[in-house]
Amino acid sequence: MKINSPLQAYKYLPQTNCGECGEPTCMAFASKLIDRSGKTADCPPLVKEKKFAKKLAELEGLLAPEIREVIIGVGEKAAKIGGDDVLYRHKLTFFNKTKMFFDVADNMDEAAIVERVKQVADFRKFYVGNYLLLDGVAIRAVSGDPAKFAAAVKKVGETTDLPLILCSFDPAVLKAGLEVAKDKNPLLYAANKDNWKEVGELALEYKVPVVVSALNDLDALKTLAKTFADAGIQDIVLDPGTVPVGKGLKNTFTNFLKIRRAGIDGDTEIAYPILALPFTAWMAGIEDPVNASYWETVMASMFTIRYGDIMILHSMEPYAVLPEMHLVDTIYTDPRTPVAVDGAMYQVGSPTADSPVFFTTNFALTYYTVESDIASNGIDCWLLAVDTDGIGVEAAVAGGQLTADKVKDAFDKSTFDLKKDVNHNTVIIPGLSARLQGDLEDSLGASIKVGPMDSGRIPGWMEKNWPPK
Amino acid sequence: MAKKMKLSDITNMFAGMDVEALEGVTIEGDIELDLGGLGGGSDPMLAAALGQESAVLAQHFARIAGMFGYPVGIGGPAAAAPAAALAAPKFKDLIPAKFDVANMADWATPIQEVRIGNTSADGGSRGKAVHVGGEKALPFYFDAEMPNRNQVTIDVFDMRIGLAKAVKQNYDEVMDSPGEWAKKNVEQFNADMITIHLISTDPLIKDTPAKEAAKVVEEVLQAVDVPIAIGGSGNPQKDPEVLAKAAEVAEGERCLLASASLNLDYAAIAEAALKYDHDVLSWTQLDMNSQKELNRKLMKQCNVPRERIIMDPTTAALGYGLDYAYTNMERIRLAALMGDDELTFPMSSGTTNAWGARESWMVGSPLKEDSDWGPREYRGPIWEIVTGLSLALAGNDLFMMMHPTSVAFLKKATQTLFGSIEEEPVDISNWIAAEV
Repeated sequence: MKINSPLQAYKYLPQTNCGECGEPTCMAFASKLIDRSGKTADCPPLVKEKKFAKKLAELEGLLAPEIREVIIGVGEKAAKIGGDDVLYRHKLTFFNKTKMFFDVADNMDEAAIVERVKQVADFRKFYVGNYLLLDGVAIRAVSGDPAKFAAAVKKVGETTDLPLILCSFDPAVLKAGLEVAKDKNPLLYAANKDNWKEVGELALEYKVPVVVSALNDLDALKTLAKTFADAGIQDIVLDPGTVPVGKGLKNTFTNFLKIRRAGIDGDTEIAYPILALPFTAWMAGIEDPVNASYWETVMASMFTIRYGDIMILHSMEPYAVLPEMHLVDTIYTDPRTPVAVDGAMYQVGSPTADSPVFFTTNFALTYYTVESDIASNGIDCWLLAVDTDGIGVEAAVAGGQLTADKVKDAFDKSTFDLKKDVNHNTVIIPGLSARLQGDLEDSLGASIKVGPMDSGRIPGWMEKNWPPK
Repeated sequence: MAKKMKLSDITNMFAGMDVEALEGVTIEGDIELDLGGLGGGSDPMLAAALGQESAVLAQHFARIAGMFGYPVGIGGPAAAAPAAALAAPKFKDLIPAKFDVANMADWATPIQEVRIGNTSADGGSRGKAVHVGGEKALPFYFDAEMPNRNQVTIDVFDMRIGLAKAVKQNYDEVMDSPGEWAKKNVEQFNADMITIHLISTDPLIKDTPAKEAAKVVEEVLQAVDVPIAIGGSGNPQKDPEVLAKAAEVAEGERCLLASASLNLDYAAIAEAALKYDHDVLSWTQLDMNSQKELNRKLMKQCNVPRERIIMDPTTAALGYGLDYAYTNMERIRLAALMGDDELTFPMSSGTTNAWGARESWMVGSPLKEDSDWGPREYRGPIWEIVTGLSLALAGNDLFMMMHPTSVAFLKKATQTLFGSIEEEPVDISNWIAAEV
C-alpha cells in the first residue's frame, strides 16, 4: 500500500457522507480502507458514477498491497495467496494464510488417489469457533506421460473441488493436465530456464497462475518474473528452490527473507507470493518416516513464519498436519482483534436451576476452548468468564489476576445469584486454580468442587461428580 | 563517420582502460551495440546475463565518451539498444534483471551477550560456560552474522511430578534423584545446561525449607559440570528466600536465577545474584512494557549489570497463545535492535509449556467433530519442537525443554539456520518425480 493515513484515502472518495457503505462518514470509510477491513467496491457512488472513475483507478493503485494477490482455483474453496503489506505481523497483520497443498503422484492407482484426496479434503480441526482445514492438492507428474498425468488430474478433479497445482517441467505434460482442468484455474508448476517460453505461453493461453522457478538464483528468478510480467502474466508465484537440509536450507531461508524484503520495500518486479516445498524433506535420506515427517514439519514451520505463501507437503499424519495448520493460524491471526471476551455470565445450551456452574478466564482462547468442550458434549451449563485481563487460568493464578476476590467480583457484576438462580449453590472451578478452593468457599459462601485440569475432561468428570451428592 | 562496434570491441577496449589508457581512446560518432549473435542456440539465461552486462558496459562507455565531448549521454542509444532488443512483446527473449536488497540500516544496536556458568578460569567448577545473545539482526538473518547458537537447558524437578506419558517414559527411573536426572539429560540427551526446579518448596506442595532445597542444587552441581539454571516453585512469597539460599550454596558458579518478577521481591533475588556471582532471569507475562519496567528496576534500583540479565517474556504453547508469545518476542527483539536499551537482552523460553497443550498429551480429541488426532506419542514432541522453533525465529536464545526428541530436533533446526550443520548436498531439481 502506498498510503498510510485515512486523510490520504479520503481525498479520492466522493466526500458526500452518503452512508451507502454502512459507515457514517467518508472519513470513517477511509480508515477502513487503510486498515484493509474495507474495499473500494463497498462504496457504490465511487464504483458506479463515471465522474469518479479516474479517482477510483488511482485509489486502487495506491491501496494495492505490496505483494501481489494471486488466486488459485475457483469458487468457495479458491485459495488466495500473497497480498501482504508488512514484514512483521504486529505492524498490521498478515493477509491470506499460507496455503497447505498435499501431493498426489500420477503413478498411484486410482483408488489410492481417491483415498488420499479425500483424506486431504476431509481433514478438519475445530479451533476457537471455526474449523482449521487443508487447502489443496498438488499433482506430480512422476510418470512423465501426458495421458497418465491427465488421467490423474481428472480423477483428483472429480473427487474434490479443492484447488490444484499441476507439477511438471514438461510443457506437453502440463498442457495435457490443463486440458482436463482448464475450468479449475489450477496453478502451473513450473517455468524454469529451459521451458519458460512454452510454459509461459500455456499460462497465457489458459489464463492460469504460474510458478517461475530458479534454484538458488535470485537474478534468474527475477528475470523470469520480469519477462512473464512484461508478457502480460500477472498471476506469478516464485519458487527459489527449497533445499531440505544443511547449508542449502540456510540459503533457502535467506532467499525467502531477501525476496520478501525487496518486495515489501517496493521492488515490484519480485513482489509476488513465494512457494515453499517442505516436500523435499522426503528427499534428504532420513530413514525413519516419523523423523522425516518431523523434519518436513520443521521446514513448514520455518516457511510459515518467514514468508512462504503456499506450500507443497507430503505427510498426512495427524502429528504433522495438526501443528502445521495451527502454526499457520497462529501467524496469520489478526493481532488487532481483541484477546478477551467480556467478563460476564454466559449460557451454554439451555441451562436450568439444576445445571452446573463453571468459571474460566476471559482470555478468548481459554473461554472458547472451554465453551466448545462443553457444548460439543451436549452439557447445559452456566459459564462465567472472569476478567483476568485476558490471561489464561494457570498464568492468571500465578500472576494474581485470578483470585477469590476477582471471582466474587465477577459473580457480583453478572448479577448471577448462586443462592437463587441455581438450586445447588455449587461452583466447579478449573483444576489449574485448585489452590483457590478454600478462599472461594469463604468469599462465595458456596460449595466449591475442583474440576479437571483440562476442560476436555469435563464430560468424564461430570459423569462421576454431577449432580453433587 | 559512424562506426559500428561489436561487444568484443568494447570488452577489448575496457580491458586496457585504466587512467593512462584513457588518453588513447578516440571515438567518432554514435555508439551502437550489435547483440544479434547472442540470441539462438545459447543458454537463454546466459544470453540475458550477457545482455545485462553489456548494457552496463555500454553505459560506462557512453559516459566516458560523453566526457570527451561526443554526442552520447546516459540513456542514449548505447544503453537503450539491448533493452529494446529484449523487451519485444510476448516471449522473444528473457528480460534480464538483477536482484538486490539492502541490509537493515536501523538495526544498529547489538543485543547484550550474557555468560552463564563459571569455569575454573572464572573461579567456578563448570566444565564449560554457555554464551547467549550478541545478535545484531533478527535470528539467522543475512544482515549480520549470529555470534552464538541457541542453547537448550533440560528440566529437572526436585520431586516426582505428573508428566505427559511421552515425557515421563524417558525419566521414570531417575525422577527420585535430581542428580541422576541431571546426568541423564547431559549424557544421553545432549543438554547444554540443566534447570533445577525447586517446586517442592511451594507451601501448597511440600513446603520444603529453603535450606533443604539448596542441598538439591548442590547435588546437581556435583552431578554435572554444565552451567545450571535454578528455578523456584512460582510461589511469590517463598521464591525469593528459596533462590537466595540456592544462590548462596552455588556461590561463584554463575547460575541463572529463575526468576525475578514484578509480583515478588525481585530486589532480594537481584541482591543474591550480585552477592554470589549469578545471572538473573527477568520474567514478565506477555507484556513488553512490563518487561521494560522490570529490566529498568533490575538495572537502576538493584544495580544488576547488563551482562547478567536474561529475559523470559513468557512462552505460550502452539494453539494456546503462541501468537502473543511470538509477536511479543519479535517486537522486543526489533525494538532492541533499533536502540531500546531496556530490551537489549537475550531471551529465554519455557518451551516445556508446549506440553500443556491438550494436543500434545491427550489420547484423542474431546470433540467428536474433529478428524482423528492420531497417536499422541508422536504429537507431543512435535508440539514442543514447533513451539520452540517459532520462538527461535522470533529471537529467543535459550530454551527450557523436556522431551529428548524435541531437544534433538530443535537443536538441528536452529543450528541448520545458524549455519553450523554440514550435510551431503541434496539435488532437488527433479523433486516432482521423486519416489516417496
